Amino acid sequence: MKYVVSLLIGMLVGAALFAAGMYYNPFTRHGSVSPLAVLNEKHLDVTYTAVPGDTILYTDNGESTVNTHPDRVVDLWEPAIVDTRIAVVLLKNSRGNAVGLGIKFSTDSEQTALINSQALVNSAWHIYLPGQGTLLVDQVENYWPYLREIVVPARWSSGDSWKGSFFGIMTQGPGALGTARVSGGTGKFAGMTSEAVESLTARAYSAIDGPVSMHGSLTIILPKATIETE
Amino acid sequence: MPIFYRVSRLFKTFISGILLGLVGAGVLTYSVPAVDLHREPSLMTVQANGGNSETFRIDLPRDRILVGLVGTDNALPAGLEWPGDELFGNLQAEMFKIRDRNDVVIGVASRLANASEETGPFIEWVLHLPARGTVYLQMNLTASAEGHRSGRMIAGTRDFETLTGTVRERFITDIENEDVSAGERIELITTFIGQLGDEE
Repeated sequence: MKYVVSLLIGMLVGAALFAAGMYYNPFTRHGSVSPLAVLNEKHLDVTYTAVPGDTILYTDNGESTVNTHPDRVVDLWEPAIVDTRIAVVLLKNSRGNAVGLGIKFSTDSEQTALINSQALVNSAWHIYLPGQGTLLVDQVENYWPYLREIVVPARWSSGDSWKGSFFGIMTQGPGALGTARVSGGTGKFAGMTSEAVESLTARAYSAIDGPVSMHGSLTIILPKATIETE
Repeated sequence: MPIFYRVSRLFKTFISGILLGLVGAGVLTYSVPAVDLHREPSLMTVQANGGNSETFRIDLPRDRILVGLVGTDNALPAGLEWPGDELFGNLQAEMFKIRDRNDVVIGVASRLANASEETGPFIEWVLHLPARGTVYLQMNLTASAEGHRSGRMIAGTRDFETLTGTVRERFITDIENEDVSAGERIELITTFIGQLGDEE
């Protein structure tokens, strides 16, 4: 009997060691430099709030720690969309002025491989910039650094919260350089194909309510043909 | 039996357990998918000239998620604070759950329309089907005599990435013999075809 108990305890320790190794994996790459930084092309930068209560609308399956907004928005509870989240946000320029509307659809990706430090999310932005046009940004994001450096420490914290400074490049694809794919719709973006990168900056997170102080940024490369039509 | 030998055997068992735990956790993490999206069978019709046609339905009002429009009393959901008209003018933003032909919810969609946009009026759809991908559609501004509006696919992601095609949007006001909770319906009928690849 004592051998069985010893074996079981050993297996638990082994599993815990594996989990710790995965969590503290020193080879995990935390992208903090945009792959677009090396490009010399003109780009469009917009920021948005990542705090659900500050968005125009945020909804998910209604069972996450994050509260939906407004209170009476419908939940995405149906089996096919239960892993999907929608955020409707005001997009702002670097001066903090509202310049457009962004609708972000995000769904957990089946390509997620925690053993490779990849918590992947497929997301698509439907963006409208008045006076400029519309576009779609399609990307694969990796939320592993976000989970590792913000969400898990917040849950471990006795105060159920995390405060600090986090900056991460969330976009991981589908572009070869780890960039998002941009398709222009109307206005000066009509017919455009380009690349983009999304990043996240966080200062505070609550394990009970979700993001407290957090904003995202989208950097979209504008091809020369697009600039010439301005 | 000497106690050292017994402790040693116990310790070896413990070490074996650790190795088993490490390997087992590794195999489990590697082989069991962390995300397993629910899939509904795709209800497509093969077209005579190639490609597939698929019908997406939106039953109103039950599938509405958002109605954002300046100066309307029908903003949805209740408590929505829609930005003022100085920025978005006549922009009409709507979001819906979308269903297949069997009335099963299979995704979500956004529809943006602005008749007075200074760069040109537009009507656009983005259909997000979690297990399949996203489709970006642009509609013609003028509807046909039958009240249909046609459009084209601008871009697609994942399963739709290599496809091109068209879409027809129609608004049905009298639904017969259907779910009583639905009063009206928007139907999107897509016809997508794969691009011919280069022959090797």
